[in-house]
Amino acid sequence: MRHIISVLMENEAGALSRVAGLFSARGYNIESLTVAPTEDATLSRMTIVTYGSNDVVEQITKQLNKLVDVVKVQDLTDGSHIERELMLVKVRATGELREEMKRLADIFRGRIIDVTDKAYTIELTGTGSKLDAFLEALDPAAILETVRTGASGIGRGERMLKI
Amino acid sequence: MAEMELTGAEIVIRCLHAEGVEYVFGYPGGAVLNIYDEIYKQEGFKHILARHEQAAVHAADAYARATGRVGVALVTSGPGATNAVTGIATAYMDSIPMVVITGQVPTPAIGQDAFQEVDTVGITRPCVKHNFLVKDVKELALTIKKAFYIAATGRPGPVVVDIPKDVTQHTCAFEYPDSVSMRSYNPTYKGHAGQIKRAVQMLLEAKRPVIYVGGGAVLGNASAQLIDFARELGYPVTSTLMGLGAYPAPDPLFLGMLGMHGTYEANMAMQHCDVLLAVGARFDDRVIGNPKHFAREARRIIHIDVDPSSISKRVKVDVPIVGDVAQVLDEFGRLIKGGAERPEEAALKAWWAQIELWRAQDCLKYDRGAAAIKPQYVVEKLYEVTGGEAFVTSDVGQHQMWAAQYYQFNKPRRWINSGGLGTMGVGLPYAMGVQFAHPEAMVACITGEGSIQMNIQELSTCKENRLPIKIILLNNGYLGMVRQWQEFFYEERYAESYVASLPDFVKLAQAYGHEGLTIEKPEDVEPALRRAFGEWKDKLVFLNFITDPRENVYPMIPAGKGLSEMILV
Repeated sequence: MRHIISVLMENEAGALSRVAGLFSARGYNIESLTVAPTEDATLSRMTIVTYGSNDVVEQITKQLNKLVDVVKVQDLTDGSHIERELMLVKVRATGELREEMKRLADIFRGRIIDVTDKAYTIELTGTGSKLDAFLEALDPAAILETVRTGASGIGRGERMLKI
Repeated sequence: MAEMELTGAEIVIRCLHAEGVEYVFGYPGGAVLNIYDEIYKQEGFKHILARHEQAAVHAADAYARATGRVGVALVTSGPGATNAVTGIATAYMDSIPMVVITGQVPTPAIGQDAFQEVDTVGITRPCVKHNFLVKDVKELALTIKKAFYIAATGRPGPVVVDIPKDVTQHTCAFEYPDSVSMRSYNPTYKGHAGQIKRAVQMLLEAKRPVIYVGGGAVLGNASAQLIDFARELGYPVTSTLMGLGAYPAPDPLFLGMLGMHGTYEANMAMQHCDVLLAVGARFDDRVIGNPKHFAREARRIIHIDVDPSSISKRVKVDVPIVGDVAQVLDEFGRLIKGGAERPEEAALKAWWAQIELWRAQDCLKYDRGAAAIKPQYVVEKLYEVTGGEAFVTSDVGQHQMWAAQYYQFNKPRRWINSGGLGTMGVGLPYAMGVQFAHPEAMVACITGEGSIQMNIQELSTCKENRLPIKIILLNNGYLGMVRQWQEFFYEERYAESYVASLPDFVKLAQAYGHEGLTIEKPEDVEPALRRAFGEWKDKLVFLNFITDPRENVYPMIPAGKGLSEMILV
C-alpha cells in the first residue's frame, strides 16, 4: 500500500543522506522524497512517498524515529490529509498545438509560465494522479520535457506535525 | 567552570577528562598529531597504543562490554578511519557504547581528494548510532558531550566524531556542559503501566512459559532483576549468545543457550511454549531460525526492549513494552510479589516434566574417551581451572560456540564476543580491553587458528602492557565452522577451509616475548591450564591445543530451518 510519511528533522548537514541511506540499507522503497527547511530554519520537513505492507511501513516509521536527527515522524495516510505535487512541462506549441495546449492547460488549471515561439512551459499543481492525467491527455510527441517535485503532504484541520 | 581559550586539541583532552575516561585506545597519524601532542602532556587518562586501528577499536569495545562504561578509541584520518570501520560495525551490531574520534584532513582540504582523506562520516553512517563532522572549534565540546550521551543512553551504540586537523588547532573559549538535552533524541525508559499489567497477567496465566534473554539484559544491567523474577515464578530461562551470564548458567532453571547451536531443551521449549517473555532480545535469524516455522506453534509473546524498532521486526509481538529492561522487570517483580495470584502449579509441573525429558537427550554429550583432544573438553577444563570466574573472550567460529556451550557463565559481562557482526579477529584485542578494565581478573581468549591470525600483531601490545592474557587456541588446522558447513551442506568439498603452513605458535608467542605451549594429549590439557593460571599467572601464555580436526558443533539447526529441526550428535 502507498504511504506518505512526513518527517520533521534537524536541519543538519548530512541529514538527508541518513534518511536516504536508511531506505537503501534496509531495502525500503522510495517513490519520491522532497525536503526543504520549515519556517523554523533549524528544522527541515521531508515528505517521503513509499510502498509497503503495514508491517514494513511500521518498521519504516520506527527506523526513521530512531535516527538521532529526526524529531518527529507521522504517517499522513493514517488520517485525512492533503497532498500536492508540482510539475513543470515543456510542450511543443506551434501551429494548431498553440491553442490546443493553452486550452488543455486551462482545463487542468495549469498556468503557462514561459512562452517562446515554439514552446510553452506549463506549471501544474495537484495530486500525482492529476499530473499523470494531464500528461496522458497530451500527445506524447508534443511533450518536450517534464520535471516533477514529488508529493508534499500535510494533515487536514487540527492534524499537525510540529514541535 | 571559568571560560578560557583552548585549542581544539586541548578541548578534546579536557572533554575526555570531564567524561572520566580511563583509557583511550588508539593509533597516531598526521591528522591527529595535535591531539596526540596534548595526550603527551596530560595524565588524566592512559593511551594504549594498539598495533592496528581495528584492534584499538575492538579493545575499546571490550572495555565497554566488560565495564558498562563508554569505550573510547582515537584514530587518524583515511586508512586510520577505514581500519576502524570493522571495529565500529562490530560494536554497532552488538549495541556497545563507544566514542570513536577520527582525525580528518583540514576543512579547506575536505573534498579535494587530499592525502589520507576519506568521507568518514559517509563511510561509517550505516554502522554507527550517530556520527558528527565538527567543522567549527566552537561546536567541539558540545559535540563530544552529545557523542558520549548518545553512545550510552537508550539502546547504546558507537558514535563517531570526525575532527579536521585545523579544528584541533583553532582556539575558542572552553566550557564543558554538565548535561545535554536534544529535542530529537529522547529514549524511553519507563515501560507503559497498562502494558506491564497485561504482561504480568499473561505470565501468571501461562501453562508453558519461557523467558528468553538477550544481550539487552546484559547491556541494561538487568541481571539481578531477571534472577529475582524468574525464581519468584520458577519459570525456565534460555539465553541468546549475547545474553549469556545475565542468568547464571549452573542454575536449574537455565536451559542453556538457544538458537542455531542452542541446546535441544532450550529450542524445544522455545518452540512449544504458550507464553514467551523476550527480555532485550531481537529474534534474529541465528536465534529463531525461520520465522515461518517459528510461527507454526501458537504462543503469545511479550517483548521488553529499549529500542521500539526491535519490537515486531521479525516476529509479531502481542504485548510490546518499550523501556529499560531492568526497570520493567523490577515493575514485574513488584506486581507479582504484591499480588496473590501465582502460576497454576500442576501446569508448570507438567511443563517442567516435559523440559526434563528434552534435557535428558543430553545434547551436549561428546566422546570423552577419544584419543584426540576434544575442544569441548578444553573449555570444560578451563571452566574448572578458573572456577568459572574468568572473563572469556572469543573469536568467531566453532571455538566460539563451544565456549558458549561449555563455559558456564554465571555473571553478566564475563562473556565477551562478537555476536551480531561475527568478526573474526576480535578475540585478542577483546582480551586486552577486558584486562585493562579488570587488571586483576583472569582473562582467557578462546580462539581458532584462523581467527587469532587476524589480529596476531596485538601480542606486541600485550607485551608492552604486560597483559597476562591466556590464549586458548583450539587448533584443528581448519577454518572449522566453514569446514563443518562444507561437510554438511557441500558434500565434503572443503574449499579453502584447510589452512596449510600454520606458524609454530609457540615460537611465535616466544618471539613476541611470551610463554607458549603445545598440548597434544587429553591428559595434558588440565596440567597445561593449571600451569598457565598458576606458575605463569602473570604472563601472557599461548596454549596451542591440537584438537580433533573432525569435531563438529552440535546441536545444529541448518540455516533457514526451524527450531525443532535440529541435527543432534
